[in-house]
Amino acid sequence: MSLKRTLTALPTLLRVGFSESLAYRAEMFIWVLSTTMPFVNMALWSAVAGGGEVGGYDRVKFVAYFLCTFIVRQLTGAWAAWQMNFEVRTGTMTMRLLRPLHPVVAYAMENLAATPLKVVVSLPVVAIVLLTVGREALAHDWLMWAVWPLAMIGSWLITFLANVCIGTLSLYMEQSLKLMDLWLAAFVVFSGYVVPVSLFPETLRAVVDWLPFRYQIGLPVELMTGVLGREAAVRLLVQQWLWVGVLMVLGHVLWQRGLKRFGAYGG
Amino acid sequence: MISVHGLRKYYQVHRREPGLKAALRSVFSRPSSLVKAVDGIDFDIRPGERVGFLGPNGAGKTTTLKVLSGLLYPSEGEVRVDGHVPQRREAEFLEKIMLVMGQKQQLLWDLPPAETFELNRAIYEVPLAQYRQTMRELDELLELGELVTKPTRQLSLGERMKCELAAALIHRPRVLFMDEPTIGLDVSMQVTLRQFIKRYNEQTGATLLLTSHYMDDVTALCPRVIVIDKGHLSYDGDLNALVQRVRPEKRVVFHLSTPVEAAALVGLGKVVSHEPGTAVLQVDQGAVNATISRALATLPVRDLTVENAPLEEVMSELFSRSRAAAAAGASA
Repeated sequence: MSLKRTLTALPTLLRVGFSESLAYRAEMFIWVLSTTMPFVNMALWSAVAGGGEVGGYDRVKFVAYFLCTFIVRQLTGAWAAWQMNFEVRTGTMTMRLLRPLHPVVAYAMENLAATPLKVVVSLPVVAIVLLTVGREALAHDWLMWAVWPLAMIGSWLITFLANVCIGTLSLYMEQSLKLMDLWLAAFVVFSGYVVPVSLFPETLRAVVDWLPFRYQIGLPVELMTGVLGREAAVRLLVQQWLWVGVLMVLGHVLWQRGLKRFGAYGG
Repeated sequence: MISVHGLRKYYQVHRREPGLKAALRSVFSRPSSLVKAVDGIDFDIRPGERVGFLGPNGAGKTTTLKVLSGLLYPSEGEVRVDGHVPQRREAEFLEKIMLVMGQKQQLLWDLPPAETFELNRAIYEVPLAQYRQTMRELDELLELGELVTKPTRQLSLGERMKCELAAALIHRPRVLFMDEPTIGLDVSMQVTLRQFIKRYNEQTGATLLLTSHYMDDVTALCPRVIVIDKGHLSYDGDLNALVQRVRPEKRVVFHLSTPVEAAALVGLGKVVSHEPGTAVLQVDQGAVNATISRALATLPVRDLTVENAPLEEVMSELFSRSRAAAAAGASA
């Protein structure tokens, strides 16, 4: 499918996707409610820290970390794996395949089109961050904020492409959501969603650096909270984008092979 | 426009007996078998032709349409649609075709159809002026009116199908594959859609390959039919010739002014049905005139018509003949 066609269609895809997300605003709100785990973790770790510190985090830093976690999770979420599984099982994937636009691009736009609504949800939390912890608990280095958008894009891409890879497996096995559950379990443990990665033991942290999960949450949050040095930030950013590349290639290969095996059942 | 040679499509299908024991056994070993959905078929369709693709359930019709529209990779054989190899799914190919499935929808469920139309306009890069003209034509032909601004979920099945057709035709496809487009629709809506499809074909010269279990669809739209059964082609040719070949006898329908006894029909022909006001007889083509003359002399005939056997019966007989031939071949 040509890049020109894709770019021409993007504004309409985003506009229609946004209309859809408005139509599903109740579901969206429930999804937001289901992603409030960072608040639980915030309360837990604040209590653990008490008046002291845990691994360099005091109560204020924990509050800042988990509020930022909530924001990053909101803005980088994706659900393509569920969409793809549903559409393969019900046969509606066939309608996407008939259009001269790569279905993965369409999924990406539909997922991204919900961002304005998620921003609306996240903005009050940003205000709360600033009011409760003040600017002191956030990064002071301009470089961290300069690369933060790049890290957010990388974070979304890893989340979305992992969804695509796992969703594409439904072309092979008709149902691949159990694999998504496995991915999510690993995500919760290794991404920094529950525990800041810097609190992991040294050896485990080295392993986590080579896994994709910390680049979904940990890296953008650590950039926001200023716990990384410049060298580490750039190194982790490079590793994050390496994962983006790996998942892009993997997704492409899985998709091409999956189409050959696709049974187009249902109808 | 469409050429299919030696097309085969096989599926590996896993099988499992019902029950807990079978469920546990299937964890370690899953027996599977090869299903030959399409087993070596050949046909060619010229540009602008309207062809009915007929067969019983599981014959391989939908599988063939899905191969032709690039959704499925063929297991063997060569398929070309307007010079394209469908499974490559090139944009130029996808711009030329559309598959309309009566049981599947492309309309966005919670948004008005107008949003899907806009989306398709953008994806197919339809110039705005052409889009507006096409929409005007579709609106006039399908009487879309305010349907396009109501959420899809609130439309009736017939209204939805009209909008599905409109969404499918915004880019003016040159090849139209239609899989049961009138399924579930009431009779008047079926007629509307048939008329629309015929007009679209006549106005644009688009090629049409249609599957339907409603023989009225086929009779109204398709001068040529291709019949497939168990993955094999059993007929390809003129619809009337098929009827003549399978059921050369004619049906003479007598409308009677007063009821007659069954005995009064004996000797006139094979009685297909007999009710107080009508009698339907099946007679050889050569005996039609003589039968009518005798009936007019002996029965209180108010009116009469001479018809072919209904296409449903023709197809049913064709399928049972081809199955009997297959069974005989297997036992030989």
